[in-house]
Amino acid sequence: MNYKDFFDVIVIGGGHAGTEAALAASRMGAKTLLLTHNIETIGQMSCNPAIGGIGKGHLVKEIDAMGGIMAQAIDVAGIHFRILNSSKGPAVRATRAQADRALYKKAIREAVENQPNLVLFQQAVDDLIVEDNRVCGVVTNHGINFRASTVVLTAGTFLDGKIHVGDKNMSGGRAGDPPSIPLAHRLRALPFRVGRLKTGTPPRIDGKSIDYSVLTAQPGDTPVPVFSFLGHASQHPEQINCYIAKTNEKTHDIIRSQLSRSAMYGGMIEGIGPRYCPSIEDKVVRFADKLSHQIFIEPEGLGVHEVYPNGISNSLPFDVQLDFVRSMHGLENAHITRPGYAIEYDFFDPRDLHATLETKIIEGLFFAGQINGTTGYEEAAAQGLIAGMNAALKAAGKPGWYPKRSEAYIGVLIDDLITNGTLEPYRMFTSRAEYRLTLREDNADLRLTSIANDLGMVSKQRWDAFVTKRDAIAVELERMKKTIIHPGTPAAELLAQQTGEILEREYSAADLLKRPAINYAHLFDVVDPAVAEQVDIQAKYAGYIIRQTEEIARSERSDEVKIPADFDYKSISGLSNEVVAKLTKTKPETIGQASRISGVTPAAISLLLVFLKKARSHAE
Amino acid sequence: MNDTIAAIATPPGRGGVGIVRVSGPNTKNICLGITGNLPTPRFANYTVFKNSNHTQIDQGLCIFFVGPKSFTGEDVLELHAHGGPVILDMLLRRVLELGARIARAGEFSERAFLNNKMDLLQVEAVAELINASSEQAAMAATRSLQGDFSKLINSLVESLIRLRLYVEAAIDFPEEEINFLADAHITDSLHALHSQVINIYAQAQQGVLLSEGVNAVIVGRPNAGKSTLLNALTGEDTAIVTPIAGTTRDTIRAQINLDGVLVNIVDTAGLRETDDIVEQHGIARAVQAMALADLVLLVVDATNEKVTNPWVLYPDLKHQIKNHTKVVLIYNKIDQLGVDPYIECHENYITVAISAHLKVGIDVLRDQIKKIVGVTQSADNGLFLARRRHLDALNRARNSLEIGKQQLEYNAAGELLAEELKQAQQALSEITGQFTSDDLLGRIFSEFCIGK
Repeated sequence: MNYKDFFDVIVIGGGHAGTEAALAASRMGAKTLLLTHNIETIGQMSCNPAIGGIGKGHLVKEIDAMGGIMAQAIDVAGIHFRILNSSKGPAVRATRAQADRALYKKAIREAVENQPNLVLFQQAVDDLIVEDNRVCGVVTNHGINFRASTVVLTAGTFLDGKIHVGDKNMSGGRAGDPPSIPLAHRLRALPFRVGRLKTGTPPRIDGKSIDYSVLTAQPGDTPVPVFSFLGHASQHPEQINCYIAKTNEKTHDIIRSQLSRSAMYGGMIEGIGPRYCPSIEDKVVRFADKLSHQIFIEPEGLGVHEVYPNGISNSLPFDVQLDFVRSMHGLENAHITRPGYAIEYDFFDPRDLHATLETKIIEGLFFAGQINGTTGYEEAAAQGLIAGMNAALKAAGKPGWYPKRSEAYIGVLIDDLITNGTLEPYRMFTSRAEYRLTLREDNADLRLTSIANDLGMVSKQRWDAFVTKRDAIAVELERMKKTIIHPGTPAAELLAQQTGEILEREYSAADLLKRPAINYAHLFDVVDPAVAEQVDIQAKYAGYIIRQTEEIARSERSDEVKIPADFDYKSISGLSNEVVAKLTKTKPETIGQASRISGVTPAAISLLLVFLKKARSHAE
Repeated sequence: MNDTIAAIATPPGRGGVGIVRVSGPNTKNICLGITGNLPTPRFANYTVFKNSNHTQIDQGLCIFFVGPKSFTGEDVLELHAHGGPVILDMLLRRVLELGARIARAGEFSERAFLNNKMDLLQVEAVAELINASSEQAAMAATRSLQGDFSKLINSLVESLIRLRLYVEAAIDFPEEEINFLADAHITDSLHALHSQVINIYAQAQQGVLLSEGVNAVIVGRPNAGKSTLLNALTGEDTAIVTPIAGTTRDTIRAQINLDGVLVNIVDTAGLRETDDIVEQHGIARAVQAMALADLVLLVVDATNEKVTNPWVLYPDLKHQIKNHTKVVLIYNKIDQLGVDPYIECHENYITVAISAHLKVGIDVLRDQIKKIVGVTQSADNGLFLARRRHLDALNRARNSLEIGKQQLEYNAAGELLAEELKQAQQALSEITGQFTSDDLLGRIFSEFCIGK
């Protein structure tokens, strides 16, 4: 049957990408349908119960700055908050929180249910309706046709998902959930480039069977950090500890002796796993000289005993999992509640995407999340936000928008994916961001909230709070320039007492703040800590920010030079076959993107520019 | 395209005038910085080119073109100085100091084309130029990177990568068991790296003086008169003689300037066939020098040798030199035979009969070298720029390392150290090729057991 309502945006999938996509689209006023095979699992954390971390925390703050849900959900669900790298500079500090899974899911579910313009429907999607290379809707497994202007696909690991536990394997989208096989086959029939990736989870353990007294406790930070720019520590539930256990030689011996029974080492898996999240098999084999590995015992929630032992993901048979878990000190009597497993799934080569995450092959169809080759809730949510937003813009007939590499980690994520594709599940790291000193957690709102507000993604409450903060910072920066401190005055003496810095002549407060030892609090009473923090950071990084701003201005010019989609790279005399192949695989949309394809030389870019000009003049 | 580029626009060593050309938005400031004023556009101004410490580099003509009425369509500055690599190099270095970067191959023409200063029909010609000149630049870069320099650079880059591994891993993986940044190891490596780059920069700078121009080598049996010939060639009042102990210790290098063309002469004097290990070592170096030479001056004692064909005298010679190396047989000591100096040009060698001792026939020989060098020189276009590019990259890396050191030591700012190390690597990657953030992550994952 044909469903009688027409939608602007249909989102397939209720995970972290799907929910952000649906919320973003509906916030912008698009009539949105969220289709999921199970409404109960909306907002589920399928892997570890944590949000944030280095690079990932940056993404969460950016999602928040643009009106997304993730930060606000973790603020009401987080049971253990830390600022990582707190001893290092502000650019690389990142927030991380353990979540109570149930509370997190509840927060997302509530947001989705209370969102105007958004409706839910529970049924698996089997097919896309495509007419003239344009998506027009979807077909569910019960044969209902939903029609829409745009479709956002966020199928996660469900596309032809295959779960491995030792030499046993079964089809599955996640432990306990069915895979999406018909949709996977349908998509494979379209001209998308498809690959196979692998990821793993550790066995879960009953906390009642763990002797915590011999493990190292790891408390959260005090004062307790907050994720959302609108959040407050008082929203957090009760805070509890994490613990650290350690593998030992015996653990490694057990794993080594049973390697042939591992799905990964037994050759049962073809997908490529992430290098930065090695399975315990990998750790033992590749780093044989390391006698012990840390295992982080992370709570799954306040009301439950089950824990997530982070660091022992594997694809070994259950009996081996039990043996090696029990070889660890404190876990001698451990009871495994769910075996660990590896999962293989289809992903689409993200080089088939525009920067808006719309596919180049089918108009109106957007991809977001793990199907684009990424891993992690934060990476998925970030893409969901951008895809949902652009789907809504497209449905409204407006031009798309995406953040540039210089504006957001989200921009780095998308540009990396669509430019160079990926060989392993892609995860964010701060070292991927060339403008790392500019893209900080603390200024995510200053970078993005104003843009998001123009796009209609930001609530009035957020906008008002932002404007207040932004204006206060501007006022303070101006005051720093105008306040002059003279040597010999009480202010100078107080400063010398507090910091040991002696003034040999008069200085503006702005100049004094550039000194490492001097902070805002040494010069003025702190009224708003967030404002004082901005003033401090902007002063300390001033020289670097200026340099990066210049670099950004230069690189933006080449991002403004567009390359037509049908440009024939073979027509350029003098380009090597290798470069032609690389350019053809990515089909970059701008000169800037072309220059970021690995192996494309500056001389090749010169040639490209010259021939583009010729092509343009011919067109005119 | 809003940065300012510079290059030496004339081939090295040809003629008495050399031109450094600058194009881009920063051109005006560069002109002010180097000449002290901005001349009337499109008029040739006679002026003094000054260094940052106000000492004079040279005197010459300065012409300023305001865009779009210029070769590239941008603001363009041309500095016409006395030809000769040393002066042009100093001039270019000053321009870089003032904020330009060295132009890529064909980049001036590229800009001219993109700014509508060239006919669209010329697209193929421009492409050809970009291709040909980048190939040439690549070849020149390879040549500049030959031997010890390449080894030094590679080991420098490897040390830098190793340091970055620790610094970046400390930032991106703080939950691992070691805080690398607090480690004294980081400070030690940073110091070592810093002295390494200073050392290489100093050596490379010397290398520019040494290896610029055409490489000639004097060979021959003991007592054939090799040293006398070298003295005769370099001892003229008109030649600039710069005897410097070379990086190849057992050979003597000298540099002569033949009307603006630099010839580096490697003298293998004092070598004899011997069992002495040190001297055998020296012979090996002489063989190495021959392999790199553009010109071989083979000295023969006319009093005990009738044959004047080098290929007959030394049949092995063709295996020891490059394909296009010119060979001149110096038939020396003709005064003792009572013969006048003469010259014989053959298809694959030249014989010049002289007396080095009495300096008879030396002028003929110098003219002949000039002729040969004039031909070889064109193949060396770009080598000079390649070296300047390498030096410039090393210099930038050195600056970044210095600031990085301060950031770590005085400010304990690991992320700013990381930033400076990245800048240093970017500079060096212009010599050794790209090293992306993904390459770095790959190295981190293979080096450390990272990840929960």
